[in-house]
Amino acid sequence: MSHLDPLMLARIQFGFTVSFHIIFPAITIGLASYLAVLEALWLLREHPVYLDLYHFWSKVFAVNFAMGVVSGLVMSYQFGTNWSYFSTYAGGVTGPLLAYEVLTAFFLEAGFLGVMLFGWRKVGPGLHFFATLMVAAGTIISMTWILASNSWMQTPRGYAIIGDRMVPTDWWQVIFNPSFPFLLLHMGLAAYLATALYVGAAGAWNLLRGRDNPRVRTMFSMAMWMVLATAPIQMLAGDMHGLNTLDYQPAKIAAIEGHWSNAPGKSVPLILFGWPDMKAQKTLAAIEIPHLGSLILTHSWDGQIRGLDDFPADARPNSTIVFWTFRLMVGLGVLMLLLGLSGAWLRWRGQLYRQRLFLWVATAMGPAGIVAILAGWITTEIGRQPWVVYNVMRTSQAVSNHSALALSTSLLAFIVVYIGVFGTGISYLLKLMARGPDRQSGATSPAEGDRPHHRPSRPLSAAPDIRPASVGKGA
Amino acid sequence: MAVDLSLIWVLIIAFGLMMYVVMDGFDLGIGILFPFVPRTGDRDIMVNTVAPVWDGNETWLVLGGAGLMAAFPLAYSVLLSALYIPIVMMLLGLILRGVAFEFRFKADEGHRAFWSRAFAFGSYTAAFFQGAALGAFIDGFTVTGPSYQGGALDWLSPFSVFTGLGVIVSYALLGSTWLTMKTEGELQARMIVIARWITPVLLAGIAIVSLWTPLDHIDIAKRWFSLPNIWYFAPVPILVLVTSWQLLLRLNGKPHAVPFLLALFLLLLGYSGLAISLWPNIIPPAISFREAAAPPQSQAFALVGAVFIIPVILIYTVWTYYVFRGKVTGSEGYH
Repeated sequence: MSHLDPLMLARIQFGFTVSFHIIFPAITIGLASYLAVLEALWLLREHPVYLDLYHFWSKVFAVNFAMGVVSGLVMSYQFGTNWSYFSTYAGGVTGPLLAYEVLTAFFLEAGFLGVMLFGWRKVGPGLHFFATLMVAAGTIISMTWILASNSWMQTPRGYAIIGDRMVPTDWWQVIFNPSFPFLLLHMGLAAYLATALYVGAAGAWNLLRGRDNPRVRTMFSMAMWMVLATAPIQMLAGDMHGLNTLDYQPAKIAAIEGHWSNAPGKSVPLILFGWPDMKAQKTLAAIEIPHLGSLILTHSWDGQIRGLDDFPADARPNSTIVFWTFRLMVGLGVLMLLLGLSGAWLRWRGQLYRQRLFLWVATAMGPAGIVAILAGWITTEIGRQPWVVYNVMRTSQAVSNHSALALSTSLLAFIVVYIGVFGTGISYLLKLMARGPDRQSGATSPAEGDRPHHRPSRPLSAAPDIRPASVGKGA
Repeated sequence: MAVDLSLIWVLIIAFGLMMYVVMDGFDLGIGILFPFVPRTGDRDIMVNTVAPVWDGNETWLVLGGAGLMAAFPLAYSVLLSALYIPIVMMLLGLILRGVAFEFRFKADEGHRAFWSRAFAFGSYTAAFFQGAALGAFIDGFTVTGPSYQGGALDWLSPFSVFTGLGVIVSYALLGSTWLTMKTEGELQARMIVIARWITPVLLAGIAIVSLWTPLDHIDIAKRWFSLPNIWYFAPVPILVLVTSWQLLLRLNGKPHAVPFLLALFLLLLGYSGLAISLWPNIIPPAISFREAAAPPQSQAFALVGAVFIIPVILIYTVWTYYVFRGKVTGSEGYH
């Protein structure tokens, strides 16, 4: 079997397109909620700094959202184009979940996005806030359905195999399968944490460039509060998710830990670093801490978990990859926790906006949430292999009958277009964020936003384009 | 009597695809018309007529895909595998077109011309490959058991190239009549001229497809030309002629929304003609929608959502269009 057979090419194609895709919805989920909070604060406190921040981040949101939509379109068709046997076999279960995602989330987001971005002068402030809320709700509903589908593939429940396909027998069990609540919690927190780091980096960068103003301070402060609050909760959620995986997908945990075999009565060490070798069937150059593996995974001094040796060679996930992607994710998580704590310390000392080393670190941590999300997803998806539906259908049975030529050509086209288009888009986003929020809202109260005659025509000008002499109070 | 879930789902998916064709049709039409409108200011107005709604319009395509997977997984997997290349090309076109909506305004000055071209190129690509996929769909697929067994290029034929071009022309008509409704002055006058040129071209295209299809497919010829069917289906071509004639007539004087509504009706007629030809096959030439149906548990579960939520979607879609009603002019919001 060559390394670039059609199966491997189809997997690379899916991995490549879904990895690019997940960046955008993760930030979209976080930013939509952030925008809803900003607009609520603007309506409650009428302080123009919130309106300025809303306009600034809605521009970033618009670009992010567009890239999420078009890269997501590819995903919704790829199940059929590249994984047709999976779709035929399991589409009766995952199809309705995706249909619900479209019906309850995609239309909601898309329907109210126009009003949110372009409707400042077309509808009143209450209705505009409602539109923002609907978009934010849409992003969360969307995440819920797609994670129901993914978690079902990890821990399938509520189905029967009748004839040559899977038939849903209990939708409640399908949706609320054992890994669903943990995956949802972990991913939801990850989206918020990644967005807080993203917003925080923009704030830190602008402070470093000497743009110390209430807008930049407000967004940086909000972001650091958010990191402080979510990073520790995320660690707990991750631990719960890991224990759930140990119960339902023990091979994945064994691969993550690089744990091959147990001696009778002996505890499991935690391998800090090492090189799991799939051929040699052991973890080379392992640096271990005795008992810690038992302690973390079984919450006992001498508890054992199943090793990779307990599973047939053709049912083991690739430990070399998931061992490292997991450690990357956890390492970044620890850094996020430290960032949140040092931010709190500096805030208490009154140096949050001035400590340059901290601001540099916060800038550098901007993409950390996204990288951690990618590392986490690679861990959970490669950790599910060789199954597409865990213990039911193998990935090799799921792939369509395309030739290696057709797949490599289309893969090349995807790579060229994605890097060109999304690479450029990300560079525009970075420039937008580096420029920082302007003081642009002339309106001093929400009611003044409601002027029917003057309509901004594009997200960039979603901000009111008149600039009266009197600029908002206090800003 | 049991509810005929498969039949309801076929109608829902057909409705979703029709919504997609007419709604994203005029969005894509705007990109298709870009080469005929050189001025940047005019192009900005054209894009701004759909900027608040294009995303919702495109969502109907996602519903078509997800609905097909939920209700007819066999059709979803066979059709998408068979149409692999045109679908990948369509998606890449939609990516270019979709990001260009944002990038045209956010790009560095030096990049703006590039993203305008990408907007047009993406629109042409998406429209052409949608049409080519349609042509291949009419021509049918090689299927054994649960999978597509044909080659990667089976979709490519003179007929599918022709239907690809036909869809470009149809979308251009939708786009030009939409802009006739949404713009004024010189730009509107230009759109009216373009719509007048396109209408006869599209009519000729419809005529050629209407002859080509039955000549190639004996079943489809029988469907249309046997007795008494010919009497039932005769209104379709007659209405096409009457609508086209009315469209040309209404493009004179001071047209507003009527040409767009007539263009929509024309597309609807073409769509119904297609449905008459292919019914009840969901994977032509031989697999009917009943044979491709998902388990009833799947169809029923998804149907509950569809029945309650689609009306709500339609309500807020109408509301969005209402919020952004009226002409879009250049004086609005450029700086």
